[in-house]
Amino acid sequence: MPVLGRACLILALVACAYGIGASLYGARTGRREWADSGRRAVYALAGLLTVSFGVLELAFLRSDFSFATVATHSSTTTPGFYKGAAVWSSQEGSLLLWAWLLAMWSSLVLFSTRRRMRDITPYATAMLLGFGAFFCGLLVFAASPFHVLASAPAEGNGLNPLLRHPSMMIHPPMLYSGYTLFTVPFAFAVGALAARRVDAEWIRSTRRFALAAWFFLGIGILLGARWSYSELGWGGYWAWDPVENASLMPWLTGTAFLHSVMIQEKRGMLKVWNVSLVLATGVLAILGTFLVRSGILDSIHAFGASTLGKPFVAFIALLAAGSIALVVSRRDLLRTENRLDSLLSREAMFLLNNLVLVGLCFVVFWGTFFPLISEAVTGQKASVGPPWFDRYTVPLALMLVLLSGIGPVIAWRRATAANTRRNFLFPSACAALCAVALLPVHVAQKPLALCMFAFAAFVAGSIGQELVRGVRARRAMASESVPLAAVQLVRRNRRRWGGYTIHVGMAVLFVGVAASSTFQHTRDASLVPRQTVRVDGYDVRYVKATGRVADDPDGTGAFMTLGAVLDVSKGGRHVATLRPARNYYPGDPSQGTVGQYIMGDATSEVGLKAGATRDFWVAVQPDAGWLMKVVAKGNDLPPSAGGLALAAIAQRYAERPPPADFRLIASPLVTWIWLGGMIVAAGGLVALWPAPDLARRRVTASLRARVAQELGRA
Amino acid sequence: MDPARKRTIRLTVALTAAVLLAGALIYTSFSASSPAKTPSQLMAGAEAGRSYQLTGKVAPGYVRRGNTLDFRVRDRSGRAAVPVRYTGTVPDPFRAGREVIVTVRKQGAGFVGERDSLVTKCPSKFTDSKRST
Amino acid sequence: MDALAALLVFVVLVAAVALVVAPLRRGRTERLIAAEEARREELEAAKEAKYLEIRDAEMDFRMGKLSEADFRALDRQLRAEAVEILRDLDRLT
Repeated sequence: MPVLGRACLILALVACAYGIGASLYGARTGRREWADSGRRAVYALAGLLTVSFGVLELAFLRSDFSFATVATHSSTTTPGFYKGAAVWSSQEGSLLLWAWLLAMWSSLVLFSTRRRMRDITPYATAMLLGFGAFFCGLLVFAASPFHVLASAPAEGNGLNPLLRHPSMMIHPPMLYSGYTLFTVPFAFAVGALAARRVDAEWIRSTRRFALAAWFFLGIGILLGARWSYSELGWGGYWAWDPVENASLMPWLTGTAFLHSVMIQEKRGMLKVWNVSLVLATGVLAILGTFLVRSGILDSIHAFGASTLGKPFVAFIALLAAGSIALVVSRRDLLRTENRLDSLLSREAMFLLNNLVLVGLCFVVFWGTFFPLISEAVTGQKASVGPPWFDRYTVPLALMLVLLSGIGPVIAWRRATAANTRRNFLFPSACAALCAVALLPVHVAQKPLALCMFAFAAFVAGSIGQELVRGVRARRAMASESVPLAAVQLVRRNRRRWGGYTIHVGMAVLFVGVAASSTFQHTRDASLVPRQTVRVDGYDVRYVKATGRVADDPDGTGAFMTLGAVLDVSKGGRHVATLRPARNYYPGDPSQGTVGQYIMGDATSEVGLKAGATRDFWVAVQPDAGWLMKVVAKGNDLPPSAGGLALAAIAQRYAERPPPADFRLIASPLVTWIWLGGMIVAAGGLVALWPAPDLARRRVTASLRARVAQELGRA
Repeated sequence: MDPARKRTIRLTVALTAAVLLAGALIYTSFSASSPAKTPSQLMAGAEAGRSYQLTGKVAPGYVRRGNTLDFRVRDRSGRAAVPVRYTGTVPDPFRAGREVIVTVRKQGAGFVGERDSLVTKCPSKFTDSKRST
Repeated sequence: MDALAALLVFVVLVAAVALVVAPLRRGRTERLIAAEEARREELEAAKEAKYLEIRDAEMDFRMGKLSEADFRALDRQLRAEAVEILRDLDRLT
């Protein structure tokens, strides 16, 4: 079976090479059948990689340890769901997932545009197959998932316990979908430039895929943040870690692109800017894929220093150089049709929004690559920490939120005093009201947070105003009841209303971030049962200790779980019962009779009480010194007594626990971050949803009649 | 003022502002950064009071007392080891043989770790790290 | 390399080649029909997009985001462009 998988990978590489040749030949000679054959090579690639992926997935599910990858990343003790997802916890498996997703999304795009943009699609096909060839090449020559072990071991290493969480398993496929989908607008931009057809057609056809890419990447990033908060023992959701930043950068430029294309469509402006943005986004997506697995930057996500560094760097350099060359050589085609009339106009706000987003991307880029930059400049590797990032991203984020409120209500071309007054009054009032309402609650001491809250209120006010006015306008155009008018309003322009929903979601998210980072209360305490500690007005009592063997309540396959039961109350009223714990996973037999069961990795199970206004977060660390002493004593016993000794340790811990270290965090409005994320996702879905056919045809008919009428009259 | 001139002025102002902001950013990054050093580099020369990013592997035999952790950081491939006294969150993957990054300051003969600055890298997925310590 | 794996590889290879080579064996009439269908679909898409723009412009005007003079000019231009697209579509049929 590994032979089948490997053969399919080799065939995939051949298919890519053929497809590139056929598409380019079809493009140069205008012979459609060769371009179509090239497109089908993408379908063939998808099929071949599906077979390959299927073979690998099956091997993991069956725990076939003759596959080297399965032996190093899974075990018979790994729970079923995580066995299936362990495929992409390895370098080879994750590359195969990336290539497979690329092939699937490319097939979808090329199928849905098979009859359109026939000048452009062959070049785009060749570009997409170029990406495919690179990744298949890596899979065939450098990181084969189908490497077979001479003698299959009886047991595998097991999936890293830190990854045994549903969010962590969905996070890579989401991120990779985002990355691979961003190659689509990249490929079509390259195609449009190569074919010298840079009108709005290519943007219109591929905008949906850029939005889908943005959507998946955004969800992937948010899932990573959620996992970090609810699973890791540090209680935060964003650390400005290089790998986190690597996924954020293409998302930022992608957001900028989604906005600036609207200007190109409406006014034919910013053509060079747009095409540069989409090319940069594609390059950053590959850069992000590379950073995770390269080991060139110190990160908590160390996929390991690998041999793939050089090919990736060469590929990225080629993509960047090629993009620049293309744009420069076609610059005569990218002349702007119109110019900016006034700085107080929607066009100017869009441009400013783009500058802020690109500025944010630059800050993140600089900070992330600073160790390499400083090494090149001063010979000394130095790094900047979260305080530096926060100093620059916070003001930029404030501007972004404010702009997302101003944009929808400011006029096109030139805002006059009259329409400014009319459009800005209500939102400004909302902002002012919010600021005044929050003054007595000690928020004034933190001006940045206060600004964020006021700006978010501005956004809510402006979008609310748009909704009311839009419904009123619809009722004037086609007398409908209020609910129907609202529904029709959204259905007629899903992109706009999806976008407005996303803005509201982002405002909510930023409010959550501002509140939870500015007004957090943290407390570290070492407690024995029946002791109480006070955090931010909450009384936390350590009720008792717990010890379980092979009875992990979260189903991650931990061999021993030591925890605590905490009672949280406020002013005598019971708020929550929290059960933080620590899970211990198997190591290897050399660690002793007892040690082999629990001296592998350890993870924290966080005790979390999430609420609309406040989250209460707690993690426990049982005394490690005590545990090591007890394990050492247990290791003196014969191997057969291991299980019994383990049970005895757990019981001893539950009855007479040594002091345990607790970290308690009370932070306000954390839930608003996830809530905001969900609103953004909902808005994204609305914007992505294909427009209804029926309504289109009905209106089309009547409009067509009108236009035809004028035709007759003219 | 004719439109073309207005546009040129706008462009110049915008570019100047961008260059100034970028300059401020770049300047502060150099002054706000902490140099990354390996244990042998740190032992070769460290100024008291200056903070450094220490990267290396955790040497076996670390001690936890309450919420203070005393451990030694060893060169990736070498024997120089630096003692660190650290208070704050200890990440889950922390154990002997794992790679860590911690911000430290020299204090007397040893180093004190900055609170909550300890980062442990996820174990490498491409070596047989599970079979080692 | 066991027999089953070899057989599967062969099957996959044949399927891929058949899929990819099919367009090269198409007849001339088929190709012409496909080309015309493509042009029609492209024009239909452009027409839909243009109608969306016209509706958007009216909505913007009613919500005070576009001055009357700007709206009239824009509406006239967009409708003219729509007429052109319809003319091209008629020429195809």
